[in-house]
Amino acid sequence: MKLLRFWGTRGSLPVALTSSGVRDKLVRALREAAGRTFASDEELNAYVNGLDLPVSGTYGGHTSCVEIETGGSEYVICDLGTGVRPFGQKVMARHGPTSPQTYHIFMSHVHWDHIMGFPFFTPAYIPGNRIFIYGGHAILEEAFRRQQSPPSFPVDFSALRANIEFVHLEAGQSYDIAGLRVDLMLQRHAGESYGYRFTSGGRTVIYTTDSEHTLDDLEETGTYVEFFRNADIVIFDAMYSLADAISIKADWGHSSNIVGVELCQMAGARQLCLFHHEPIHGDDAIARILTETRRYEEITSTGTPLLVTASYDGMEIEL
Amino acid sequence: MQFSSQRLADVFVAAPVGQIDHTHAQELQQALVPLLAAAAPDHNALVLDFTGVEYISSTGLRVLLMAAKQAKAQNSRIAVAALQPVVKEIFDIARFNHVLEAFVTVRAALEKVSAPALATYDAAAK
Repeated sequence: MKLLRFWGTRGSLPVALTSSGVRDKLVRALREAAGRTFASDEELNAYVNGLDLPVSGTYGGHTSCVEIETGGSEYVICDLGTGVRPFGQKVMARHGPTSPQTYHIFMSHVHWDHIMGFPFFTPAYIPGNRIFIYGGHAILEEAFRRQQSPPSFPVDFSALRANIEFVHLEAGQSYDIAGLRVDLMLQRHAGESYGYRFTSGGRTVIYTTDSEHTLDDLEETGTYVEFFRNADIVIFDAMYSLADAISIKADWGHSSNIVGVELCQMAGARQLCLFHHEPIHGDDAIARILTETRRYEEITSTGTPLLVTASYDGMEIEL
Repeated sequence: MQFSSQRLADVFVAAPVGQIDHTHAQELQQALVPLLAAAAPDHNALVLDFTGVEYISSTGLRVLLMAAKQAKAQNSRIAVAALQPVVKEIFDIARFNHVLEAFVTVRAALEKVSAPALATYDAAAK
């Protein structure tokens, strides 16, 4: 594995930056410039690059979709949230419509926000493309077909011209797919979800979203810790604060930044990447959560420091 | 983790000491059960003196949440007091300020929850 690219990082519902939100960023950037002048575009870009993300950019609003660049010619994707639409545009621009490609797509589950991008995934409409959709749910194919049937969507699933194959995976078994060793694990979520452990070339990536980790059952916690063991990066559903996750939003199927840190520390993981951001949170709120999570890691760290990042649409992480 | 408790008039004051982490959270839970039961009949308040708590993990916070739920169900008041700076930071990061009342000192907590308990506390301090 060479690289992770995040196409969608938002939980539950896509969101968009508003006009007033953009204006607020402009005002803050100009205020921080404090009357500076820029002699060249290079100087201007250097200034913008030095601004914090909530000022210079945005965490984005597409729902879950993460690309794993394996170094091979086939594409590997986790989940089909709205982020898969720009991903599809990128590969179409790169290969054109007459160069068939192969896509391996691993589904955490089939809740709406994780499948809603597929009807807008252009490669699915093009003959010759091969699309393998993997998951642990028996209802996997039905969920996709139902999504693209009247009255929910005007284009029936049968209109997709790519060769689409649904592949059932069993939790607890290992698979070799697209040059990756793939393990999956059943997770606590309404209707169940699956976390993935991808291993290749000495690198390990954990994709665990829509999973409620309570840590109150030592045996269950130990199972997750082993699944995360020594991972290079854990892409982790940190949608709620701990207080919300265990009180008013208990059993809603999501986790917190604090539990993410604790699990990663126990597992000896190297990086925790906060993912599936709460749609109510603006850029400042997510940045604040990132700062607090890093501080919590600092407070509780007993061994090798855990790097904490917050995913954003367009973010790339080299492995 | 060590644990002690005392009754000040109509308030139970409990004082855990040490780290309330994954291995010790259950000890706190077990220690709070009889206190909550004792507070139930007369809806007595419970103040958790965190002066000696060095660290609390998510499982420890879960125990506090469960205690808060139990207290609410039996119409007892529960509060934490004297959080060490690091523990206060953890409370803030976890957003537990929305779950439990927190006071700077045990005295400040008693001042809020019970005049008789405050009088007993002040008398003992003299």
